[in-house]
Amino acid sequence: MIKSVADIDAIRKAKHEELMIRLDKDAKGTPEGGRMHIMVCAGTGCTSSSSMKIIEGLEARVQQAGLADEVKIVKTGCFGLCAQGPIVMVYPDHVMYTLVTPEDVDEIFESHVVGGTPVARLVAGAEDAKAIQEKTDGTDFFGKQMRVALRNCGAINPECIDEYIARDGYLALEKCISDMEPEEVVELIKASQLRGRGGAGFPTGIKWSFAAAQQVEEKYVCCNADEGDPGAFMDRSVLEGDPHSVIEAMAIAGYAIGASQGYIYVRAEYPIAVERLSIAIEQAYEYGLLGSDILGKGFRFDLELRLGAGAFVCGEETALMTSVEGKRGEPRPRPPFPAVKGLFGKPTILNNVETYANVPVIILKGADWFTSIGTEKSKGTKVFAVGGKIKNTGLVEIPMGTTLREIIYDIGGGIPNGKTFKAAQTGGPSGGCIPASELDTPIDYDNLIALGSMMGSGGLIVMDEDTCMVDLAKFFLEFTVDESCGKCPPCRIGTKRMLEIVTRITEGKGTLEDLDKLEVLAKNIKNAALCGLGQTAPNPVLSTMKYFKDEYIAHVVDKKCPAGVCKSMVRFIIFDDTCKRCGICKKNCPTGAISGDKEHPFVIDQDKCVKCGVCMEKCPFKSILKNA
Amino acid sequence: MKKVNMTIDGIQIYVPENYTILEAAKEVGINIPTLCFLKDVNEIGCCRMCIVEVAGAKALQAACVYPVSEGMEVFTHTPKVMEARKVNLELILSNHNARCQTCNRSMADCELQALANKLKVEDVRFEGENKKLPLDIGPSIVRDPNKCILCRRCVSACKNIQTVGVIDLVNRGFNTQVASPFGKPLSETPCVNCGQCINYCPVGALKEKSDVDKVWEAIYDPDKYVIAQTAPAVRVALGEDFDMPIGTPVTGKMVTALKMIGFDKVFDTDTAADLTIMEEGNELIDRIRGGGKLPLITSCSPGWIKFCEHNYPEFLDNLSSCKSPHQMFGAILKSYFAEKNGIDPSKIYVVSVMPCTAKKFEAARPEMSASGMADVDCVITTRELGEMIYDIGMDFPELGDSEFDNPFGEGTGAGHIFGATGGVMEAALRTVADILNGSSADNFTYEDVRGLEGIKVATVEIADLKLRAAVAHGLGNARKLMEMVKSGEEEFHFIEIMACPGGCVNGGGQPLQLSEVRSWIDVRAERANGLYKEDNKSFIRKSHNNPAIKKLYKEYLGMAGGSRSHQLLHTHYTPRKNYGK
Repeated sequence: MIKSVADIDAIRKAKHEELMIRLDKDAKGTPEGGRMHIMVCAGTGCTSSSSMKIIEGLEARVQQAGLADEVKIVKTGCFGLCAQGPIVMVYPDHVMYTLVTPEDVDEIFESHVVGGTPVARLVAGAEDAKAIQEKTDGTDFFGKQMRVALRNCGAINPECIDEYIARDGYLALEKCISDMEPEEVVELIKASQLRGRGGAGFPTGIKWSFAAAQQVEEKYVCCNADEGDPGAFMDRSVLEGDPHSVIEAMAIAGYAIGASQGYIYVRAEYPIAVERLSIAIEQAYEYGLLGSDILGKGFRFDLELRLGAGAFVCGEETALMTSVEGKRGEPRPRPPFPAVKGLFGKPTILNNVETYANVPVIILKGADWFTSIGTEKSKGTKVFAVGGKIKNTGLVEIPMGTTLREIIYDIGGGIPNGKTFKAAQTGGPSGGCIPASELDTPIDYDNLIALGSMMGSGGLIVMDEDTCMVDLAKFFLEFTVDESCGKCPPCRIGTKRMLEIVTRITEGKGTLEDLDKLEVLAKNIKNAALCGLGQTAPNPVLSTMKYFKDEYIAHVVDKKCPAGVCKSMVRFIIFDDTCKRCGICKKNCPTGAISGDKEHPFVIDQDKCVKCGVCMEKCPFKSILKNA
Repeated sequence: MKKVNMTIDGIQIYVPENYTILEAAKEVGINIPTLCFLKDVNEIGCCRMCIVEVAGAKALQAACVYPVSEGMEVFTHTPKVMEARKVNLELILSNHNARCQTCNRSMADCELQALANKLKVEDVRFEGENKKLPLDIGPSIVRDPNKCILCRRCVSACKNIQTVGVIDLVNRGFNTQVASPFGKPLSETPCVNCGQCINYCPVGALKEKSDVDKVWEAIYDPDKYVIAQTAPAVRVALGEDFDMPIGTPVTGKMVTALKMIGFDKVFDTDTAADLTIMEEGNELIDRIRGGGKLPLITSCSPGWIKFCEHNYPEFLDNLSSCKSPHQMFGAILKSYFAEKNGIDPSKIYVVSVMPCTAKKFEAARPEMSASGMADVDCVITTRELGEMIYDIGMDFPELGDSEFDNPFGEGTGAGHIFGATGGVMEAALRTVADILNGSSADNFTYEDVRGLEGIKVATVEIADLKLRAAVAHGLGNARKLMEMVKSGEEEFHFIEIMACPGGCVNGGGQPLQLSEVRSWIDVRAERANGLYKEDNKSFIRKSHNNPAIKKLYKEYLGMAGGSRSHQLLHTHYTPRKNYGK
């Protein structure tokens, strides 16, 4: 099965023709490729909303109708609009169906596939068929994005290496090992100014050059696919939608630094990603794109998966390598840096999934192209997993320098239910909050750090007025405390003490002295912790204290939670002026805390109240108020 | 070694490039505080006490592991550093069961307390949840996880040095603890009771199982005839508990103290060491001559014995069947000595003062009761004897010298050196050579088997025999040596193995030396020197020339390896399971 360069080129050409209908609305398709491609998202999000059933349903209908040659049902990766999933995209018509259920299959098949008329009710916001076109193409969700790392997600079948090849896949590897010296590859990546997409933003090319400079026979290339930030799923989507891009990039990295073995450390909680990666690795071996003599050019590169057991800290580079070695996943002090002494004590480079996904494109399009995108010190694009209080929850890829406002309001569709934006959290538990006053800051590595947050791997959580910032800090601290490896006291004990203090504050038991203690702890944990996770663990507290100090003060001094989130400080009160004494609240109260009848005003016994909020929810006259 | 230029607190220095910042700072007279660090044992930078500012680095860096480099600028006492250290220490203290008043490590031996004093911690500002975990009380070792500060020195000693690996970290974050597999008590694991973990623990999380109360009870029991015997290594270490220089021989003061405590007799285990050599030497000759199982491996170290039972059961027949010296001694005291002095042996209470925690376990083995009762009734460590002396307020350094009691009061030089690695081998060779040669050699020191090389190999020509000997100390080295033997890579006639690195002088029951001493001074060498000095001073330096031993054979045992010897002085071994498998 091993292919020569000529074989691969032939596949690329033939398959490219087939895939033209996904790019060009006027393409007619080919006899092999059929006339219509129905792409169904098979990422984790859509899969959990039964997208596999949609695929099966469509396939069955097509089979029954004898249309299997004409109409191809394609399992694909994430489109990004996860809030509207499952997503089904029909080519060449370019019609995107959202919130599709298995029950919609018949209608799609009969109306669209057979009858040629798209199903208007499944196109978001389109009242009639006429509006369909502009809705799919012209939405801001896609319009303001630029998909580089996600270029193939939603565009190809990730389980089909030929489709990847058709989209210029493995062409970059071919170019490197045929026409470039390893040093040239390193130089090109350096010139592109690509920075690590996993967290700290270290220049990738410089990292590679350190490892390349080591005069050691055995070196390793590792991929960090241990994405652990709460709410983040950028890397998962790349692995599920385009696993070959990572494999190709790792082989290129191997060639560049002189390594012949790679490991992808992927979390076991990503079963679909693991499965697609396994399939992709197997296919790459079959085609001779991995193994002992890649494309007959004498370059050897082997690749294996290592499954992580779910520890957040294993996303830290030294902990990850320790875990790959089979030991308890804990970081170790640097230096020595992994580029000098990494996995098994050998020079190692470790990049994250998204970083790798950029590499083949950079090789093919050049450093100048890449540096033309982005800001002065942050080039290219960045993928964000946008979640929280935002309409279009999902995955977006934007050029560096895009403002938070554009992401949240243009791409993200703004805040639902007419609420106001309060803050956005980036960088996961290591990051911080960005308040409304900074919405127009162009997003790049350095600006986010200046704001007291960080790029991180790309989690972006939007919060509205109903979010308590102290409670938010508590949430992230709980995460850090839970995920601390326990190796150094600042993180092991320090974050625990911070959590205890913040918990006290949310329970209305905090003092002003506690706020001082928090600051002392935060500062010293930052300075003294062993690894990056410990050093950044206080950030959620520091940034909320920086921008929302008044909320902390309200909790501590006034014993009030302005957002009405911290239960022990919440009071529900019945406003007698508008109360019609209907008694619905009393009936619904689970603890019997409400008394009153037609003659007597209704009141809530605060000692019995468990602050569940049911009374307020059920009151037909909006006469029950929180924190009034 | 290439050297680099760097500055520490503005002072220009020129140091070897393999130095850490910690070592470089010592050169300019700055002792950076450490806690988890122990040179060559634990160099992982986890406790964050030694953090310093390195120009160009964002966070503070652990000096104990940070390599120096050309042009590096280090600042060891900026306000940022000092505050971070203090907060860090307060955090450690906030999760430490600081019942210092009741802790055996309080005052002189607690490195955490010393740090708190040094850093002037006035208050622990960050109190919070404190763990409450059950204690693990075994026959030799007591673990108190509530005092543990997770420095991991014990883990490294157990896993890396001893290759026993019965303790390691479990759980994570605030719930992290040092634990044994499946949370079993150490006594149900392949723990060999060597006690090296205790020696390296900076706080009171590990200690020996104290038997001091049992000793006092026996002493004040009018019915009991209480005999103390002291191992060779005790006399060169006990003084350290009273601030005397490491390795100072204090034999005479020790005997005085034991007598003042109230023992009826104070004997020298070194005499029994000579007895061991007689038995073991003859066993070796018999095995070589008679085509017995070789190599013969020594059996004095109970830690090694248990290690062998767990890990190398196929070599149990290679182990010398000789009991360890203090067990032999106990058996002799309750038979020969009792008979000779008309004492009811059931009233004799033998207390062994040992440098060793494993001896506590050994004495309790059912095999160790030759006369129908336990050979040895109680084992206390050097540290426990130190405590007893301290408790009654004796001014130990000022005590006068006393002599051991007779008839077992005089060991030979050969007996003395039992306490150092290679000592048993050398003592045996001295005797075996004379027996085989049929003459008394004037040249009887064997330098090849001395010293702290992990595995020492020597070929000794005796009569027509080229005797291949090997010595290993520390169980990691023992494992290496046994693997060599197992694979057939090396063949030996005679092997000495001591469980503790350096031999008994560095046993798990010896006086504690803090890491700031241990990291820079080789305690093992200092104490071994003390023993070799004692050997040099001895009038009799070969075991077979010990008059007490000669008399014992003449009057009671008959010949070495004879039937009475076998009944009293020899034992057997059983394979042991690991974790019930």
